Amino acid sequence: MAGKTLYDKLWDAHLVHADDNGNSLLYIDRQLVHEVTSPQAFEGLRMANRTPWRTSANLAVADHNIPTENRDQGIADPVSALQVETLVENCKSFDVPYIPMDDVRQGIVHVVGPEQGATLPGMTIVCGDSHTATHGALGALAFGIGTSEVEHVLATQCLIQKKSKNMLIKVDGQLQMGVTAKDLVLAIIKKIGTAGGTGHTIEFGGSMIESLSMEGRMTVCNMAIEAGARAGLIAVDDKTIEYVKGRPFSPKGELWTQAVQYWKALKSDEDAEFDSVIELDADSINPQITWGTSPEMGMDVGDAIPTSGKNGIDNALDYMGLSDGGSLSDYKLDKVFIGSCTNSRIEDLRAAAEVVKGNRVAENIKLAMVVPGSGEVKDQAEAEGLDRVFEDAGFEWREPGCSMCLAMNADRLEPGERCASTSNRNFEGRQGQGGRTHLVSPIMAAAAAIHGHFVDVREMLEAA
Amino acid sequence: MEKFSNFTGLVAPIDRANVDTDAIIPKQFLKSIKRTGFGPNLFDEWRYLDKGEPGMPCESRPLNQDFVLNQDRYLGASILLTKENFGCGSSREHAPWAIQDFGFRAIIAPSFADIFYNNCFKNGILPIVLDKSVVNDLFQKVKDTPGFNLSVDLEGQTIQLPGGESISFELDTYKKFCLQNGLDEIGQTLEMKEKIEGFETRHRQSNPWVFEELVL
Ligand code: SF4
Repeated sequence: MAGKTLYDKLWDAHLVHADDNGNSLLYIDRQLVHEVTSPQAFEGLRMANRTPWRTSANLAVADHNIPTENRDQGIADPVSALQVETLVENCKSFDVPYIPMDDVRQGIVHVVGPEQGATLPGMTIVCGDSHTATHGALGALAFGIGTSEVEHVLATQCLIQKKSKNMLIKVDGQLQMGVTAKDLVLAIIKKIGTAGGTGHTIEFGGSMIESLSMEGRMTVCNMAIEAGARAGLIAVDDKTIEYVKGRPFSPKGELWTQAVQYWKALKSDEDAEFDSVIELDADSINPQITWGTSPEMGMDVGDAIPTSGKNGIDNALDYMGLSDGGSLSDYKLDKVFIGSCTNSRIEDLRAAAEVVKGNRVAENIKLAMVVPGSGEVKDQAEAEGLDRVFEDAGFEWREPGCSMCLAMNADRLEPGERCASTSNRNFEGRQGQGGRTHLVSPIMAAAAAIHGHFVDVREMLEAA
Repeated sequence: MEKFSNFTGLVAPIDRANVDTDAIIPKQFLKSIKRTGFGPNLFDEWRYLDKGEPGMPCESRPLNQDFVLNQDRYLGASILLTKENFGCGSSREHAPWAIQDFGFRAIIAPSFADIFYNNCFKNGILPIVLDKSVVNDLFQKVKDTPGFNLSVDLEGQTIQLPGGESISFELDTYKKFCLQNGLDEIGQTLEMKEKIEGFETRHRQSNPWVFEELVL
């Protein structure tokens, strides 16, 4: 018999019950909760007179619609304010651990989980948010769920699931200078398409993935959902364990030793069989930019904008205000956003600051902003003086949250505005109605801010 | 949840692949703490010419007459016909809430995004997966035939065309069962309470670190 994949192992370790039709009841170790997808779930509990199964399995934090400036003045938008207050109230009445808005540990739920040690290897983790896939970078089975499922997990600590298929994306070789984990994952999505991973859990493996930092791994797993997979996974290694060590909620003492022993086995067996395997050579990957309105609509920096013809392409070019066949660097940018659960960790900010250092944001950029993923990231960056580097160059340095990744707060694009963004979705209207989003890495975004249009960041790095 | 019963309804086509949940219900409407009332804002950015905000009365807003759902021939549609990977993007259940509130009860597409597909069943909507060629064929028929209706038979897992032709579709037995009986999945799961407790006890013994209290 073939060995087990990492996904098989995590699945089997949490299987409470399986019926004859392939529906399984899966035990959930951790649920992360935020303000947007939870109010109706708590309301459902209340209406059915139910209580959470295990309150300490949950960790709540508000991130989607909180302001990134003047936070001491509270939330100006009354509808957003009500949603956050509702979360606070619900956590209080159901006894769910909640990180307040003014706490240094507050931030984007997918940054906070790993940072606090609430995300641990081997866990099953869910959140009412599709980018929960991020946590797979620590060898946890993590996926996004809808509000009814949030309620289901609160009430039963379980979810009804069908096992998905196993896909391995194996990346060997090395990323060139100026090419990042973000470019890697954008290149993968370009290759397999936004539905390429549908019905699969993707394990990312190969020597290139192993050499990625934990931040880089989180960036890659974060966007597994953009390739259609509900979950992304990376095997546990020494880097994972080193990352988890000493975090506030990580196990300590005897428990730590016991945990590490278990975690070390969290990798696919040598002889495990995958339903599909895709191989990529990292050396051939160039910095990526999306030109269209789906994450799969990407291209290498310097490539010509695709020519029209097919329906989808025409729609996208039209929405993006681009003529086919031209060069993207001819189009001026209006805004630059460095942030989101894909690219707002300390390493992302360090790399972007390196490019920004000693330069000025171009005249035509109306707003260039850096939104750290959490208060902890922000503090760390400030301790290293990164805030000064950004501010001296003309960037705005903000408070942590989702911000312009989805523009539920005040940070957004105006109709027709073009943005270089380190987030994960370039859908129509995602960053504001009529806004035009190009997804890039933090260093590509930084370079674009300096030049006012897209450039190949490698040229800047070589010149430096 | 109401029981899903067989019905015959008008079909409206949205000829686009990868329709994402941001398009289905734009984020500004996610600020609601309710489950209902999202229908008027379904496909808000495609449907209206102005920018929609929560609380805005939709009756007086300028309509985009080019958008399918605004055209007379599709008024009252209860079946949505669309292309690949429908419902991709965010996990927001507000998307099926809006679709249901608008009056759709079934969606036909060659494929759906996973989370959206699951969310549909929890809200009494039947997502039907059919071969791409069959879907393309239906698009043509809808275009050619004003007032094109389909009958959906959940029990028999078929849709019937006006001419009597019938097309069958696949469906998971448990999902079908819940839809047919309007069942609350949580109630169902809680019937296995002892099994869950048994698992939890074993799990706690072998992985105690999972159960550490989160003290903030
Ligand atoms: S940063 Fe963006 S993608 Fe990530 S959780 Fe927030 S809104 Fe979602």
